[in-house]
Amino acid sequence: MENAEVTRVTVIVNGEPHAVVVDNRTSVLDLLREKLGLTGSKKGCDHGQCGACTVLIDGRRANSCLALAVAQDGAEITTVEGLADGAGLHPLQEAFIRHDAFQCGYCTPGQLCSAAGMLTEAGPSAVTDDLTADPSLTPGEIRERMSGNLCRCGAYVNIVKAITAMAGHDGSQA
Amino acid sequence: MTRVEGPEKVTGAARYAFEYPVPDAVYAYPVQATVASGRLRAFDATEALAMPGVLAVLGGVTTGTFGMENFELALFTSDAVTYRGQLIGAVVADTLENARAAAVTVRARYDPQPPDAVLRPGHPKLYRPEKVNPGMPADTGYGDVAAGLAGAAGRVAVTYTTPVQHNNPMEPHAAIAAWDEAGALTVWDSTQGPTADRDTIAAVLDLPPERVRVISPHVGGGFGSKGTTRPHAILAALAAREVGRPVKVALTRQQMFTLTGHRTPTIQRLELGAAADGALTAVAHDVIEHTALRTEFAEQTAACTRVMYGTPAMRTTHRLAPLNVPAPSWMRAPGETPGMYALESAMDELAVALDMDPVELRIRNEPAAEPESGLPFSSRNLVACLRAGADRFGWADRDPRPGVRRRGRWLTGTGVAASTYPARRRPSSATADALDGGYVVRIAAADIGTGARTALAAIAASTLGVERDRVRVELGDSALPPAWLAGGSMGTASWASAVAAACEALLKDGSHGSADTAEDVEGDSGFARHSFGAQFAEVLVDPLTGEVRVPRLLGVFAAGRIIDPQLARSQFIGGMTMGLGMALMEATAVDASAGCFVGLDFAQYHVATCADVLDVDAFWIDEDDPHLWPGDGKGIGEIGITGTAAAIGNAVYHATGRRVRDLPITPAKLLGAG
Amino acid sequence: MRTFSYVRAASPGEAVGLYRPGAAYLGGGTNLVDLMRLGVAAPDQVIDVTGATGDSISESDDGGLRIGAGVRNSDLATHPVVRERYPLLARAVLTGASGQIRNMATVGGNLLQRTRCPYFQDTGMPCNKREPGSGCQATAPGADTEHLAILGHSPSCVATHPSDMAVALTALGARVRLAGPDGDRWVEMPGLHRLPDDTPERDTVLHPGELITDVELPPPPDGRSTYRKVRERASFAFALVSLAAVLDVGPDGRVRDLRLALGGVAHVPWRAHIAERAARSLPATPETFARAAGEELRSARPLPGNEYKVTLARNLIVAVLEELAP
Repeated sequence: MENAEVTRVTVIVNGEPHAVVVDNRTSVLDLLREKLGLTGSKKGCDHGQCGACTVLIDGRRANSCLALAVAQDGAEITTVEGLADGAGLHPLQEAFIRHDAFQCGYCTPGQLCSAAGMLTEAGPSAVTDDLTADPSLTPGEIRERMSGNLCRCGAYVNIVKAITAMAGHDGSQA
Repeated sequence: MTRVEGPEKVTGAARYAFEYPVPDAVYAYPVQATVASGRLRAFDATEALAMPGVLAVLGGVTTGTFGMENFELALFTSDAVTYRGQLIGAVVADTLENARAAAVTVRARYDPQPPDAVLRPGHPKLYRPEKVNPGMPADTGYGDVAAGLAGAAGRVAVTYTTPVQHNNPMEPHAAIAAWDEAGALTVWDSTQGPTADRDTIAAVLDLPPERVRVISPHVGGGFGSKGTTRPHAILAALAAREVGRPVKVALTRQQMFTLTGHRTPTIQRLELGAAADGALTAVAHDVIEHTALRTEFAEQTAACTRVMYGTPAMRTTHRLAPLNVPAPSWMRAPGETPGMYALESAMDELAVALDMDPVELRIRNEPAAEPESGLPFSSRNLVACLRAGADRFGWADRDPRPGVRRRGRWLTGTGVAASTYPARRRPSSATADALDGGYVVRIAAADIGTGARTALAAIAASTLGVERDRVRVELGDSALPPAWLAGGSMGTASWASAVAAACEALLKDGSHGSADTAEDVEGDSGFARHSFGAQFAEVLVDPLTGEVRVPRLLGVFAAGRIIDPQLARSQFIGGMTMGLGMALMEATAVDASAGCFVGLDFAQYHVATCADVLDVDAFWIDEDDPHLWPGDGKGIGEIGITGTAAAIGNAVYHATGRRVRDLPITPAKLLGAG
Repeated sequence: MRTFSYVRAASPGEAVGLYRPGAAYLGGGTNLVDLMRLGVAAPDQVIDVTGATGDSISESDDGGLRIGAGVRNSDLATHPVVRERYPLLARAVLTGASGQIRNMATVGGNLLQRTRCPYFQDTGMPCNKREPGSGCQATAPGADTEHLAILGHSPSCVATHPSDMAVALTALGARVRLAGPDGDRWVEMPGLHRLPDDTPERDTVLHPGELITDVELPPPPDGRSTYRKVRERASFAFALVSLAAVLDVGPDGRVRDLRLALGGVAHVPWRAHIAERAARSLPATPETFARAAGEELRSARPLPGNEYKVTLARNLIVAVLEELAP
């Protein structure tokens, strides 16, 4: 019975490099939560179906439960713990508080990382009429783009309000 | 108000059960039965024990001693397999990956029996339970229902069905258990009630309660599934005792479908009769649902009918079929959720039969007192909710004709339904202390997303006459003064009185106050206390594809005094959002031959996504109810879901002329035969 | 999950050279890791090919498009040439999964993703696709068939292929380049995926060790095109039935060219050849479309519980073609 195959990788999490020896089976999510003490990213389903584990990998939002740590050598990962600069809050985090965009809070880190990634994703979505133009982030566009993040408490209405406020505030446009 | 724990939640600093840095902890992964019925004949852990990192394997049939009989929690003491997914063991290993890899190598053998997992009318084992949750009679009635129906100008006799539904909170059930050298147990659990959870764990493990501590300051949703102790917590404790180290257990999403409860399916027969002017002459609501073979839970599906409308004759009955299913239990607004769907849909059918506006039909039947019991309502403002909602929604001048309005490829329609939920409170205790220029309130309450921490801080601050930021609330720990669990919309009502009383006592004393509301609560009687509401839905239905979308959903509620508008609105809308999912997409399929639930994940059990939720809004009418309790709140966590599915179903009828009487209303149903 | 060795390949040749029975190629991981965690897939070696195949999109000399198998789904959908000249493909990809998954998933992996049949995914259930000869729980009485096949299924397997992108590529007549132990070859779509017959364990015509390196599109077809996906909720769900359609109507009002591919109905993205033939050269009217749809679905054999898909497929063809007709 063979022991776990392991590999040495270096991941840069929230700007800090971590050289770790990982069990090849370990997901980025479990690496963050169980080995690096970064429990902000959440496990909701472990199969890419709920988005609670969303982080940014090399600047793009991804489900960390489906990313094998061994395949992310050299990757730059941003988690909810790294969204803010220093001691303050990221504007998205502030907007979520202001608009009561969470209840139990478990999907919230994933919502925030997903929103942060989404705001940098230019291009059309499944609800965009004219594929050739980059649409502006209407509430309808935001809803579609955030549909990879489930919220069982049903805070969607306020999540969309918070992100809409953000999208206007920093001038982001898809 | 913004939530007290907001900064922790948005920065990822808030810890949930699995996330506490307990040193030296290892992992347990469940082993589940793969047959739905029979006996466990053999449990062979030889291969598993040889796998890398494995410390122990629990399970099979053991002679473990427990302090109480409980089929779900006295783990591994019975060879009876009564549902697929039942816990038969667990592997304990140094890492998650090693525990899981070893778990699949455990060889279990069964003497299988043909399973019976499908609810159907006329099931040979249907029986009447002694009581329905939480303690009401299964059958009630008064007057002559048959005569009332026979003499009715308008009559409706219909059967509505709802599927198995799952709570599916975003945070899977999880626990970390650690024993100290003196044999005291600490469990970081995800629970709606630290006191109750502690009491149950202690009872099951045959420990005095003071030797067990449950810690649960943040809970990632529960919706009822974390209101009672679940097997993962006992498993963690047993495993920790076995290996002499703390053990972490987190159920997978798949495991949650069989190990954390669900809402029973229902088959509901509604018979309504009314005079030509809409006055009800008889109401009969007969319910069939399921329960597990070894654990009874009887959902109080027809209980809502006992309080809603005035009628000279009424009958409500509940019958249970014991099946090879996991034990059903509380899911958001048990009873009212499926029951109001059927009642409020049947009322809509009655309005159509009478050619009467559905809002007016309800107003016509507003009762003077609670119909079944005769008790006076402490306050009831359903009519005001209906009128205010109709006004906001633009209900006046509604053309009642079904199937005649189009918007591009869509048919459009609107519907209305009432909502209700009982208002109760249970004994709780609290302390308040002056500390470092501020105040600390302690109570073993739970904040499962309701904002309880924030609401209680506000109540304490208001009682003490200080700014909210001078009050800190400690909750979520069984070491704190015992409190009722967060459930049944009773949390805030139960805790608010205790917190207010403790603060009042502090004001008298100067530095410390404590309170226990048990005596007061016993005095709560003599009135029927309920929240009411009215929900309005606008739907789009594509008749060619069967797609249904809900561009507008509106709720107007009367639920006593609202503590904070922002928190309240989130609760109402959250409930309505879950109701939207219930109406259009939520169902766990049951495989008849295999005798089990199938499709056990979020890809197959669809909950509403962000794109499904468009214009959903909630308003309320403040009620000044002198017959409640300090805080004057009626609880709002559940009423939102109770009227949504019927409002949407009624709107689908109005859009299409088709009445779908089986949830969820999916394209398959709209396109299917008939 | 079974333990496995991990290795990265820098080229198709290297990947194919590393391949041996028991190995699996890893793209974005959005399907393979899912299946490994379920215990459905249990490779003992994982060969990461995200850097082995091209991740760029370029226009070919004949006016077509060459797409590297390593291109991420979201990059495919938002590429200016795809949006401009193959909107059908962009739309199909955009309706798939979630933003996070589209960022991770590769084109190659998307084509090879496996069915989401609930019985396939549950290793405790009999499934001929997972274990040939073990049986098919989906065809037992009282099974959950709501999302399973109505066309082309066999007694062995009634699963459907879940990819939206593959449906669009099937309508567009894409071809796929494979690198393999015996050299390179091209496979046309339709034709990459196969019907289950009595060997449902093979989803595609790929030989063991073959690796998708590129997808090539011919020049865009004339006419108007769209992708419609019908699902139970507004987003983040597999299709109940989906349709990729290209309709070209001549100045005489007759159908000059028609391409139809259905998703959610079969083990393969279903190219509706019969409907296409039935409508060609006829007036582009609802009657023509309805007759063509009826012809195509004549051979449908719904399961108890998914009869609605026949109605839905028929209605979808008619509605979409009416929308595309001038």
